[in-house]
Amino acid sequence: MTSVRVRLPAQLRDLAGVGGEVRVGVAGTVTLRSVLDALEEQFPVLKGTVRDRVTAKRRAFIRFFAGETDLSNASADAVLPDAVAGGREPLVVVGAMAGG
Amino acid sequence: MSGVRLLVGTRKGAFVLTSDGKRERWEVEGPHFGGWEIYHVNGSPAQPDRLYASQSNGWFGQVVQRSDDGGRTWQAVGNDFAYQGEAGTHLWYDGTPRPWEFTRIWHLEPSRLDPDTVYAGAQDAALFRSTDGGQRWEELTGLRQHATAPAWQPGAGGLCLHTILLGPDDPSRILVAISAAGVFRSDDAGGTWRPANRGLSSEGVIADPDADVGHCVHKIALHPSRPDVLFMQKHWDVMRSDDGAQSWHEVSGDLPSDFGFAIGVHAHEPETVYVVPIKSDSEHYPPEGKLRVYRTRTGGNEWEPLTRGLPQSNCYVDVLRDAMTIDSLEPCGVYFGTTGGQVYASADAGDNWSAAVQDLPPVLSVEAQTLP
Repeated sequence: MTSVRVRLPAQLRDLAGVGGEVRVGVAGTVTLRSVLDALEEQFPVLKGTVRDRVTAKRRAFIRFFAGETDLSNASADAVLPDAVAGGREPLVVVGAMAGG
Repeated sequence: MSGVRLLVGTRKGAFVLTSDGKRERWEVEGPHFGGWEIYHVNGSPAQPDRLYASQSNGWFGQVVQRSDDGGRTWQAVGNDFAYQGEAGTHLWYDGTPRPWEFTRIWHLEPSRLDPDTVYAGAQDAALFRSTDGGQRWEELTGLRQHATAPAWQPGAGGLCLHTILLGPDDPSRILVAISAAGVFRSDDAGGTWRPANRGLSSEGVIADPDADVGHCVHKIALHPSRPDVLFMQKHWDVMRSDDGAQSWHEVSGDLPSDFGFAIGVHAHEPETVYVVPIKSDSEHYPPEGKLRVYRTRTGGNEWEPLTRGLPQSNCYVDVLRDAMTIDSLEPCGVYFGTTGGQVYASADAGDNWSAAVQDLPPVLSVEAQTLP
C-alpha cells in the first residue's frame, strides 16, 4: 500500500471536512485512476465532484497536476511521476479558473 | 409563539431567515455552502427540522445536503442521479437529437407524510425519488421514457423539471412541470404519466401553438384544500385549471404583463393568487422599473398591484420561479426573493412589504416554513 498525498481545492476540502492535504492509501500501481478511486473510497462525499459518476471522466473544469506537469489529459491509467507515487509531492486537484 | 423560517437559495450559498409570528424582524444565518449555487432548499411538512438542499456548481457538479436540526448543521447525502436504462434523446435548441445528460437538481419536494421520502426534479428533465432521507435516488422512469420525450426541447435555462406538486389528499397524484415541455400528471405515484397541457397556447414559440407538449411552463401552484384548482405562470400567460390540469384557461386579465416566473396561492383564500409581472422574456425586469406584486381575489382576470414598501422606480431585478412562498399564519405572510439579493416580506397577505434582508447574492428560491 502506497501513501499518496492529494491536495484538493477549497470547496472540496470543505465538502470532505478536511483542512489541508489528505493522504490516501493506494494498492498496486499509482495512477490517476487508482488515486482517485482511493480518494473516493476514503471520502465518499467526493464521488461525482471530480469525475463524472457515469463515465468516470474528469469533470470539465477540473485539472490535475503533479509538480508543474499538467496531467489533466493524461490517460487515467498512466503511472504517476515518482515524486507523487513516492509521497514527495502531492497530486494537485484544481478547480480551473472560469467564470470571468 | 409561532414563527416563520425562510429557506433561501442563492447563487452563492444558502441562508436561513427566522422571525417570530409578527414577522417584523428577521435573523439571517448563512451563507451555508458558500460559493455554491443553491437552487432549492425545502423542508419536510412532516418533520419541519428535516431540510434538504440542492447544492451544485459547474466545477464540482451536484451535491445534496440534509439537515435534521432546522439548518444549523448539514450532512451531504447521496448524489448519484443516474438515468435508468437507455438514456434516450431529446431535442436540442437547434432541433437535433441530444442524449439526456444530468446537470443539476432544480427542485426538492419532500413528502407531506414521510420525512425520509423526497422527490427531486432534474435537468435534463427527470424525476427522482429517495425513500431513505436522500441517501439513494431512484428515477421514476415513466416520465423520461414517455412517448413524447424525444420531442421535448429545453427552455433558455435548460430542459429542467422545476415544479413538483404532490397530491394534498392523494399521494398517488403527482404533477410536474418541465421547461419547455409542459405539465405532466401521474395518478399512480409516478409510474405512468400523461401530458396535461390542453388549453395552453404558445403562439410564435412552437410550430403548433396548441400541441400536447412544447409549452414553457414556468411554475404551478395550488391550494391544498382544492387540489383540482391549479394556477400557472407560463412563459407568457397566467393560466388556471379547474379540473386537475386536464384543461387550462387564461386568467391574465388586466395584468400589465403576463410574462413572469413565480406564482403563489394565499394560505386561507383559495381564490387569492399572487404573481410578479416581468416585462418580457428578453427584458427580465418589472414593467416601468416598478416592483409590483399583483394579487387577484377572484381566481384571476382582475388583479390589483401591491406596491407599499416595494421600490417603485429604477428597479430592474427579476423574481425567479421558485422565489415566491407563502406561510400559513393568520394573516398569511407572502415572501419573494429577487436577483438583486433582496428578500421581501409581507406579514399581511401582501398589503405592506419590507425587506427581510437585502444584498444577498441573486436569490434563486425561497421556501417558508410555519413553525409552532
